[in-house]
Amino acid sequence: MTTMNTLTTAAGIRLTGLTKTFGAVRAIDGVDLVVAPGETVALLGPNGAGKSTTIDMMLGLNTPDSGDVRVFGMSPSDAVKIGAIGAMLQTGQLIRDLKVRELLEMMGSLYPNPASIDGVIEITGIEGIAGRMTNKLSGGETQRVRAAIALISNPDLLVLDEPTVAMDVEGRHVFWNSIRNIAASGKTVLFATHYLEEADTYADRIVLMARGRIVADGPATEIKATVGLRTIRATLPGVDAVALNSIAGVKVSERRGDSVVLHCLDSDLAIRALLAAYPAASDIEIAGAGLEQAFLLLTGDQNAEELS
Amino acid sequence: MNFTYLRYELLRTIRNRRFFVFSLGFPLVFFYLIAGANKNAQLGGIPFATYYLAGMASFGTMMAMVSNGGRIAGERSVGWNRQLRLTPMSPRAYFRAKVASSYMMALITLVLLFVAGATLGVHLTAPHILEMLGLVIVGLIPFAALGIFIGHKFTPDSIGPVLGGGVSILAFIGGAWGPVGGTHGFMHNLSQVTPTYWLVQAGHTLVGEQAWSGTGWVVIAVWSIVLTALAARAYRNDTKRV
Repeated sequence: MTTMNTLTTAAGIRLTGLTKTFGAVRAIDGVDLVVAPGETVALLGPNGAGKSTTIDMMLGLNTPDSGDVRVFGMSPSDAVKIGAIGAMLQTGQLIRDLKVRELLEMMGSLYPNPASIDGVIEITGIEGIAGRMTNKLSGGETQRVRAAIALISNPDLLVLDEPTVAMDVEGRHVFWNSIRNIAASGKTVLFATHYLEEADTYADRIVLMARGRIVADGPATEIKATVGLRTIRATLPGVDAVALNSIAGVKVSERRGDSVVLHCLDSDLAIRALLAAYPAASDIEIAGAGLEQAFLLLTGDQNAEELS
Repeated sequence: MNFTYLRYELLRTIRNRRFFVFSLGFPLVFFYLIAGANKNAQLGGIPFATYYLAGMASFGTMMAMVSNGGRIAGERSVGWNRQLRLTPMSPRAYFRAKVASSYMMALITLVLLFVAGATLGVHLTAPHILEMLGLVIVGLIPFAALGIFIGHKFTPDSIGPVLGGGVSILAFIGGAWGPVGGTHGFMHNLSQVTPTYWLVQAGHTLVGEQAWSGTGWVVIAVWSIVLTALAARAYRNDTKRV
């Protein structure tokens, strides 16, 4: 009964002051994170941000140089032992020479209180392929079977590391629908992705990582507003960049020679205001800021202070 | 003991046709080629086919054990070692299942060789078979550990030369392909400290040769302990992405 108490009162995940260095590279540089039970959290960041290393430490596959990892108040290995964590790792295929259902039975037999095989097959939508050999599956089907394996322990926490990499659009859609069902059943879900859209659509909360640190953390809508910036670029000589900051919808602007670049929260509003105030602006381009660019703004250059 | 897990592990071993055919076919083909060609020959009063069957029994079972490493390397290359780390399965249970499936392969190899021997007129007595089985089962322990060890140390690409080269050297020095080094001298002594030598001796109890001396038990025990420790360490440290 103590276990049940711990499970309900402790944070789903609590990371405190994690650091990890590989050779000369500081992969994780002071990560603190608390995820409440039942939350669906996206770990968003470009490649090399430290998402997978953080997840590996959460799962006990890797130990931090310093800092502490607790999952439902336990060490990762204890949480794994009671079947509280299910995970779909970033790289990975299925072992050969078994049918999908046989593989699920094999894996389920390792846990103290496994989920029902039929239930897991249904929630991940793999009824049609349960009798097929594991090496005769498409990429998307393989990922759904891997999700089923992650669920076979009937875990309270489901961790997915870039689960839709190498999946087509249709496959992604089907996959995320199953994850939505799983999250709705009250499980804590944490997934890593480098697609803003995925994080925005499927998570309650987005944790933004770059260069081994958490650079932003908040409700999905809020983070999207921060990193989903659009930029307007125009040729407009002789106007002070600081003056352009006051245009409606603009968050910050900069001058590059004859051109100005406006980083906008609302580019529709900004373009109308810009043309009304400065009819001379020409060669106008509007572009969505990529995630990489947004990260640079948040973490790298001088404007970072103003933006965050 | 988790019988569901073990059952599927064994099922996978049997379903892997390429591995199955290669691992079992090799000693069989050799046996038929060489023993078949010398069907009526005698070696020290013993029919050559019987003598050769004893040699192939040790070589075939050794290969069956060690080639398990190839399958482990394959599983690691798809990230399965990391997947298993996310289950409560203990290293002990993992080893048990792997060792059980290698022994199953070794046993199938023996049965097929005995059947092949019968077709060439090899006659064996029950006490000899039992004595040989008992010693072979013990003598294979170091090879079971060796298979797991190299499976966790090498990739599917690099394990071929290790299996083919390393194991062949061990087999050659140990006398699995024919006596090495005579009755004394450096090669003889070197041969005697290999586990292969004693596995071959175990096989030769089939033709009435004497069972292991004290040295044999010590050599097998030392190799078993050392290789098991190495295999356990390789498995424990093997949590990285391959």
